[in-house]
Amino acid sequence: MSDEKLLQSRRNALKCMAYGGAGTLFVLAGGVLTPVNLATAGDYGKGGTKEGKPLFVQISDTHIGFSKEANPDVAGSLTQTIDLVNGMAEQPALIIHTGDITHLSKPAEFDLAQQLLSGLRTSELHTVPGEHDTTDPTVTEYFNRFGKASNNKGYYSFDHAGVHFIALINVLEFKAGGLGTLGPEQLAWVAADLQGRSSSTPIVVFAHMPLWTIYELWGWGTGDADQLMSQLRRFGSVTVLNGHIHQIVQKVEGNVTFHTARSTSYPQPAPGEGPGPGPLKVAPELLPKMLGITSVSVQPHPRVLTLADTALA
Amino acid sequence: MIARNITTPLALLALAAVGFVAVWPPTMAWAAAETQTFIKDFSFAPLTVKVGTTVTWVNKDDEPHSVVSDTGLFRSSGLDTNESFSYWFDKPGSYQIHCSIHPRMVATVVAE
Repeated sequence: MSDEKLLQSRRNALKCMAYGGAGTLFVLAGGVLTPVNLATAGDYGKGGTKEGKPLFVQISDTHIGFSKEANPDVAGSLTQTIDLVNGMAEQPALIIHTGDITHLSKPAEFDLAQQLLSGLRTSELHTVPGEHDTTDPTVTEYFNRFGKASNNKGYYSFDHAGVHFIALINVLEFKAGGLGTLGPEQLAWVAADLQGRSSSTPIVVFAHMPLWTIYELWGWGTGDADQLMSQLRRFGSVTVLNGHIHQIVQKVEGNVTFHTARSTSYPQPAPGEGPGPGPLKVAPELLPKMLGITSVSVQPHPRVLTLADTALA
Repeated sequence: MIARNITTPLALLALAAVGFVAVWPPTMAWAAAETQTFIKDFSFAPLTVKVGTTVTWVNKDDEPHSVVSDTGLFRSSGLDTNESFSYWFDKPGSYQIHCSIHPRMVATVVAE
């Protein structure tokens, strides 16, 4: 790598880290997000929260099958991630994987990913596919393994600890040149799913691609997400999670907190840095600082969701 | 990886090899044309080819790409670095393509 490229990588790496910063804790109360200094927030290095019960851990963009310079050992990184989760003082009730489980939708990649994920002490795993999981010509490899929860539609909902979870798919109906798409059928299903639900129910929505436009030129957004957000606005606490961009970006809009997770495979450049959102090569010692998980805890009274990001190192 | 329809020009080639080429209508002389094009820096090159050309896309990025016809006429798998996909353009027309992994990547193949 040339000096100039190395410098560029470092600059990108630092920029990415500025977005995230390992282990910042965000307390979400009634939609108001308050950052808390980790030094005073208890045992965060182990991926757990001092206050509240660990509800779930979000793992994203494991890209099993990737083997390029940016991370020649993504299986090793996922194993490290699983060790991190298994080492939490209190185990989360659920694991959510926000897609790009594999790099190229190959059966052997899915098999290895499933084998590794089965090493999690928490066995309840919920997934949504990323666009890397649906590149096989028949788009069946993902659904053969994970399609049951959604009757092969890719979207479904469930409840846990008084929190309503909605899993959405926005990587299938790509229109050329466009962003991700939810589509009218899925949006109608969300409307039916939310109908009659109390506005005080905390909602967690998760999908692979951002459900808010982060960078349109790279397709980092979902074209019809507005129609989803208008349905969620009446709820007092909404947490919208995604992966896809391999770095932490977040924003709060009213009662809605948007948060993108790190990947466990390789970082990507900050929006607009370079020709496209490909793997970002960083110095080996920097890599584990740019990979990690998001953990979400819940407190019963008042019901508060707490988001925390933990890096592998 | 080769699209299924590639067998057709090969069959034509076989016919040509056994001497049919002499009596073949001139419009069919395109059968053997091939074009290779690179997918690089998250972009497809726009292409204009003669009808009957087999176009082979080779991915030169570190990131996988796919070659998908907007109308669903053809769809490659995710192509890793240096993997390729071919399609035989046997009818004249303007074919819009995109990458299903990076849908901002679009191009037009004109077969004339």
